[in-house]
Amino acid sequence: MGTQLSEIHEYLRWRKRFPTVWCAGCGDGTIMGAILRAIHDLQMPQDSIAFISGIGCSSRMPIYLDFNTLHTTHGRALPFATGVKLVRPDMNVIVVSGDGDALAIGGNHFIHTCRRNIDITMVLINNSIYGMTGGQVAPTTPIGAIAHTMPYGNIDPPFDAVELSLAAGATFVARSTTYNIIQTTNYIKKALQHKGFSFVEIISQCPVLYGRLNGMPDPVDMLLWQKEVAVPLSKAKKMSPEELEGKITTGIFRDEIRPEYTEQVYALSEKLQEKSED
Amino acid sequence: MALNRTTSDGHPVRFVQGNEAVVLGALHSGCRFFGGYPITPSTEIAEGMARELPKVGGVFIQMEDEIASIASIIGASAAGAKSMTATSGPGFSLMQENLGFAYITQLPIVIVNVQRGGPSTGLPTKLAQSDTMQARWGTHGDYTAVVLAASSVQESYEATIRAFELAEKLSTPVIVLLDELIGHMREKLILRMKKDIKEIRRPFPKVPPEWYFPYDIPNDYTAHPAPFGEGFRYSITGLVHDRTGFPTSVPSEVIERLDALREKIITHRKEIWNWKEYEVTDAKYLIVAYGSAARAARGAVAILRKKRIKAGFLELKSIWPFPDGPLMSAAKQAKYVFVAENNMGQLIHAVRENIRHTINVIPINRYDGHPLEPEQIVYFIKEEVYGHSTV
Repeated sequence: MGTQLSEIHEYLRWRKRFPTVWCAGCGDGTIMGAILRAIHDLQMPQDSIAFISGIGCSSRMPIYLDFNTLHTTHGRALPFATGVKLVRPDMNVIVVSGDGDALAIGGNHFIHTCRRNIDITMVLINNSIYGMTGGQVAPTTPIGAIAHTMPYGNIDPPFDAVELSLAAGATFVARSTTYNIIQTTNYIKKALQHKGFSFVEIISQCPVLYGRLNGMPDPVDMLLWQKEVAVPLSKAKKMSPEELEGKITTGIFRDEIRPEYTEQVYALSEKLQEKSED
Repeated sequence: MALNRTTSDGHPVRFVQGNEAVVLGALHSGCRFFGGYPITPSTEIAEGMARELPKVGGVFIQMEDEIASIASIIGASAAGAKSMTATSGPGFSLMQENLGFAYITQLPIVIVNVQRGGPSTGLPTKLAQSDTMQARWGTHGDYTAVVLAASSVQESYEATIRAFELAEKLSTPVIVLLDELIGHMREKLILRMKKDIKEIRRPFPKVPPEWYFPYDIPNDYTAHPAPFGEGFRYSITGLVHDRTGFPTSVPSEVIERLDALREKIITHRKEIWNWKEYEVTDAKYLIVAYGSAARAARGAVAILRKKRIKAGFLELKSIWPFPDGPLMSAAKQAKYVFVAENNMGQLIHAVRENIRHTINVIPINRYDGHPLEPEQIVYFIKEEVYGHSTV
């Protein structure tokens, strides 16, 4: 444990920015640790990383991290990241987003960034609710769940972010949970190594709002719920739709190579510049 | 770009649209990133950049909407590129939130708004100057805008170059307001020679990373955040932040930040101001206008002077911060000031704010999608001179 702590420590702005805004029992810190362990294992230089977010609890993450950090406007992290990556293709661009940030206000940017297959890694922290504004319904809140703007039970059908990213053309897609943090770390590592748009959804917990409103006020209850509903992809393939009702499939859903956007932009530019020199 | 000649002293000459002049001005300024979304009447700017940027190693990207367009150019600016977008009313509305982000984070960008009629979808193919106040007040929160204007193809080129200079120098978003008439009209354009273009670029930090305060407040109030990936790892946020770039809500630090953002533009206002006077020294009747309305105003002065009416004209080539000094000086002899605009009266508020106590300020407006004509301005002025008009 001791060595693990020091590994992460060098990536934190620990002198300046702690404690975090996150509540006790929140999954954001666990996931931040997973991201940092993945970065550390891959020996990615801190200067090479642009860490970008929008607005929300999880989007506060860049403030705590010693990288080139850009904390942008609600839902817009991906187009900001696109600008950074296109100017500095040599940098490793990482976006962290909440479910409201990525799938509601930022839904348009999400599908289009998947489509372009630009080399950005996106970690979506899905806690099924709006945390920072105090527990309103999210595009990921399950049907029937209680939220402060769905006081009689949610009637809005939720998005499946994995299905959405697959349909939109992301070339690396994975899902895990904060309960299974070793698997989560491995998926993030794979995503960071992937050339193209890589997307990792992590089912997280908000015991203070989602949990309290839905009968799981203890963070441990929420983690046990994750353990119960998570079904590995290999197992899920053998299950019937009825058996999968209420379950969350985890695993790597896609890992393929297609032409990457930044490379194509620069290849075209080089071709045109050679032409003008002739 | 059919006509390819040079002036006697070697300057290349083109016969192009205002929108094409913007493209040339941006390229000559070292703009290397354009993120945009098609919208009439600004689309030729995006098309020109898509054609030309890859040839100079720059990047063009058509984003999914105008919100993403401005976000992408701010990201590009954080990575160190001179970047711009171009749009018109509806797209400009969508950009307002992130315009404030670029302002508070002091990341230089250039936005060209080729104005069309509004509100809403309005008159996509007709001219208007009805975003004059939106350019000043559009984003939420206390904000100080830098807005330039142009009334010809040549000026569109010059204003774009100036916009990049000011954006880089002041590390702030700079808006260029054109209108449909200026964007689409074709005129002669004399290009600058390479040697005459001194490319202004934001200064790189002079201190090592461990001493670096990205949002320090120096004497000229201007912070120049270092480009990403150069060893200066720091925090950029749209939250109010202290000198280190980290969020703060300590009242004294909030006041210090908001004051510095305003002061940096106010203290540089004389550098930003740009105007031209026509026959103002003895003018009892002064016209104030910018953009396509300025073309009509110049014509009106010529007609009125022939009739021995002492008319003059102050053309504003920068609008915000409002050039109050040049206005006061041009209006010294004036009994009446006429503000000619292709809208229902916007710039007139700034004019009134400065001189209403001493001089009558009279609006001349046209907002049917067509340009003001010199005769229309003459008509209004003669009404004041004679009590009635006999054009």
